[in-house]
Amino acid sequence: MKALYNEPQLELRTPEGMAFTLPLAGPVSRLLAVMVDVVAVSLAASVIGRVTALVSAFHADFGAGLTTLLYFAVTVLYAILTEWLWQGQTVGKRLMKIRVVDRDGLPIHVSQVVVRNLLRPVDMLPAFYLLGGLVAMGSRYGQRLGDLAANTVVVRTRQWEIPDWEKLLAGKFNSMLEHPHLAARLRQRATPALAGVALDALMRRDQLADTARVELFAELAARLRKLVEFPAETIEGLSDEQYVRNAVEILFRSR
Amino acid sequence: MQRFLLTARPVWLELEKALDHLENDPDPQWDLARTESFYRLYQQTSAHLAEVRHLTAERELRGYLEQLVARSYARIYVKGAEKSRGRWWQWFTSAFPAAVRRHAKAGALSVALFVLGAMFGVAALKIDPTAKATLLPFGHGQQTPTQRVQREMEDQGKRISEARGRFSAQLMTHNTRVAFFTLGLGMTWGLGTIVMLFYNGVILGAVALDYIADGQLIFLLGWILPHGSVEIPAILLAGQAGLVLGHALIGWGNRLPRRLRLRAVLPDLVTMAGGVAVLLIWAGIIESFFSQYHEPVIPYSLKIAFGVAETLALTLFLWRGGANESSL
Repeated sequence: MKALYNEPQLELRTPEGMAFTLPLAGPVSRLLAVMVDVVAVSLAASVIGRVTALVSAFHADFGAGLTTLLYFAVTVLYAILTEWLWQGQTVGKRLMKIRVVDRDGLPIHVSQVVVRNLLRPVDMLPAFYLLGGLVAMGSRYGQRLGDLAANTVVVRTRQWEIPDWEKLLAGKFNSMLEHPHLAARLRQRATPALAGVALDALMRRDQLADTARVELFAELAARLRKLVEFPAETIEGLSDEQYVRNAVEILFRSR
Repeated sequence: MQRFLLTARPVWLELEKALDHLENDPDPQWDLARTESFYRLYQQTSAHLAEVRHLTAERELRGYLEQLVARSYARIYVKGAEKSRGRWWQWFTSAFPAAVRRHAKAGALSVALFVLGAMFGVAALKIDPTAKATLLPFGHGQQTPTQRVQREMEDQGKRISEARGRFSAQLMTHNTRVAFFTLGLGMTWGLGTIVMLFYNGVILGAVALDYIADGQLIFLLGWILPHGSVEIPAILLAGQAGLVLGHALIGWGNRLPRRLRLRAVLPDLVTMAGGVAVLLIWAGIIESFFSQYHEPVIPYSLKIAFGVAETLALTLFLWRGGANESSL
């Protein structure tokens, strides 16, 4: 079976025996997420500083103590609270579209959130996440020390959309539909594999290089033409790509 | 293919709708019929995924179905809610001491390493008194204990009174960071935790010898006991948790895979870390508002008695806390 993702992935199997994969977050997206979080914490600290400055005006010692405690709370609790409340995401992770999940693909527990974040200072040793980065690079699933201890991984939250072939085929005249008996024969003779390849080619046509696009559709059109012969006047002037599009409409659209 | 898509698509859309609902409301109070319906949709979609898995051309469709199956799986097999959620008092008074007792061997090792460090500190200062400036932190090496006692008596707590809040907050945050760091260093196969415990023992041993040798034992007890009777055990408990983590990582005497060993100790680590934080908050308050006041402001006898009472209470708490519940 071909891998769904080109990048490292976490392969899992449900108790019912169904295998599925989750794409792992890369080091760059994780680093960028950390940088965004540092900015978020700095902003929060700045707000705290302004608020406690007002308190200090009335009671200097109480204000200074409050500043220390609140700053500590923000730096320690920021990641814990956001990952807990947003199911594995901080502000940075949300922006980078990555998420912490259990190593088994399940949502993380609060105990996992706490441990992976308590170990963050160790991962940061001696500076700039060097230890954690090295451990993650050597880990099969990109886990830093905190992830190893908490049994967590960071995955990308790619959103796959249901293939929208209705939209792809809409609004275009299809001369081949004027021959319902031939269209029915095409449906009967086309294999699911060929139909799937033709649909996939159409959906990805804009990603193909010009030469590859012409060659691919020429081959697909040739294979489809072999299955059913439409009258010459019906397909006259149709490019190979238009021929494939018309055939796919016949194969996939409801009658 | 088209027939497959026509029949399957409504199933996927319905499952997607149910998942959106579940992800927005993780505790939706569904009845049995609704839950069964959700599970049936998950099974049907899993079957559809099995059908398209061999079609390499159907990458988009496969990705979409895998995503649906992964999301459903995460909702169906999600672990139960944390038992202590919303029951903080019970967690602290029962779960915390019970977790400490469950790892008594690691606790004993933590104490032993600390005591070993203290003995080393005593021996080091005895052999080489000039090492005082290196061994003692926070400027203690710059003056004799007697000089400090005289200064404290003259000051009568005025200096600390002006900055009690700030000092207390600094103590809490600094000690909590040190404790969590000691715990986290368990991921170095426990070596970092061992070093931290030993090092803290060295400091205490050296400070104790310095004060005792200078004839200031009573001052030392009056100064250290009120907050140290909680702060030192808290550091030892953090060390204990670090050793538990290190042991789970190494896996001596445990044939389970590392992942499962770590998973098994995770709840206790969090419980112990939380308990340590609570103890250190208490210690920070006591150190700032009580320990730093000396005679004639507060009699040493009162401070020592308070410290002894705390030690006894903490020992009883860790020994018996939650014992009745766990034995039921």
